[in-house]
Amino acid sequence: MKWGVLTFPGSNCDRDCAHVLSDRLGQSVDRIWHSDPTLGGIDAVILPGGFSYGDYLRAGAMAPWSPIMRAVREFAHAGGLVLGICNGFQILLEAGLLPGAMRANIGLSFLCTDVRVRVENTDTPFTRFYETGQVIRLPIAHAEGNYYADPITLSTLQANAQIVFRYCQADGLVTEAANPNGSLDNIAGIRNAAGNVLGLMPHPERCAESVFGNPDGLPLFHSMIEAAATS
Amino acid sequence: MIKAHVHVTLKAGILDPQGRAIRRSLENQGFTLVNNVRVGKFLEIELQEQDPAQADAQLKAMCDTLLANPIIEEYHYELERPPEPISGQGS
Repeated sequence: MKWGVLTFPGSNCDRDCAHVLSDRLGQSVDRIWHSDPTLGGIDAVILPGGFSYGDYLRAGAMAPWSPIMRAVREFAHAGGLVLGICNGFQILLEAGLLPGAMRANIGLSFLCTDVRVRVENTDTPFTRFYETGQVIRLPIAHAEGNYYADPITLSTLQANAQIVFRYCQADGLVTEAANPNGSLDNIAGIRNAAGNVLGLMPHPERCAESVFGNPDGLPLFHSMIEAAATS
Repeated sequence: MIKAHVHVTLKAGILDPQGRAIRRSLENQGFTLVNNVRVGKFLEIELQEQDPAQADAQLKAMCDTLLANPIIEEYHYELERPPEPISGQGS
């Protein structure tokens, strides 16, 4: 399977993603610069975390206008697998490839910590190697992860099982206390209606090898590999 | 040249944690009459454009595509028009 990992000015998790994919999972990885015009022949693309364009104006506001994003839109509309992590999620929202918007964290702090999230939907190309309701531990590192959508959009997300990850307690209960940033409905990650675009605030690439003592992010990448192989 | 003053603010009803923190801080300093604070952005944009109608159309397009996120924000702007040339004066 061939992956594309994008790099915008200010991305800083691109190499982590490429490392996990190529060094840990034996995948073929193309590093793709934001001003490149095409994605090439890839099976999946990752918009990594970081601070594209310095988070100026709004986190992820300017990256949608990078030349490569025209190709990403076409790839997404053709059904290609698109994964946005943290700033990549913010970019997908600003680009309109996922619904909703991010606000500043409710406590205003930049949060760098492990959180528990519950896998709400395993019938996706990104989560088939998790179990429904499984509680996993993933790291977050963001200042603007406070997800917002208008009431109609939110109910559509709920009705279509587009909410894929929700912040929860260790026992799996979704509570306000377990919500680190004020996200609506404890949303940590959503997919698009077609199901091929996923955005999440936690960083699965930072917990995808045993040396870090937490492999909970690994099944996400295994799921995508399996999905690409069987599609 | 036309100069534009663009104000981008969070929509009513969208929680503004910064505004809330500033209100608390003002309260702590004794400004107890502050009901609410909302934080926004102010942008000053200079346009190579003489025609106010064109400038207005461009500003609106800029706000709609990049400067504001319509899901959570609203905007307004004022155009600072160049001084009218004094008629009847030769060059």
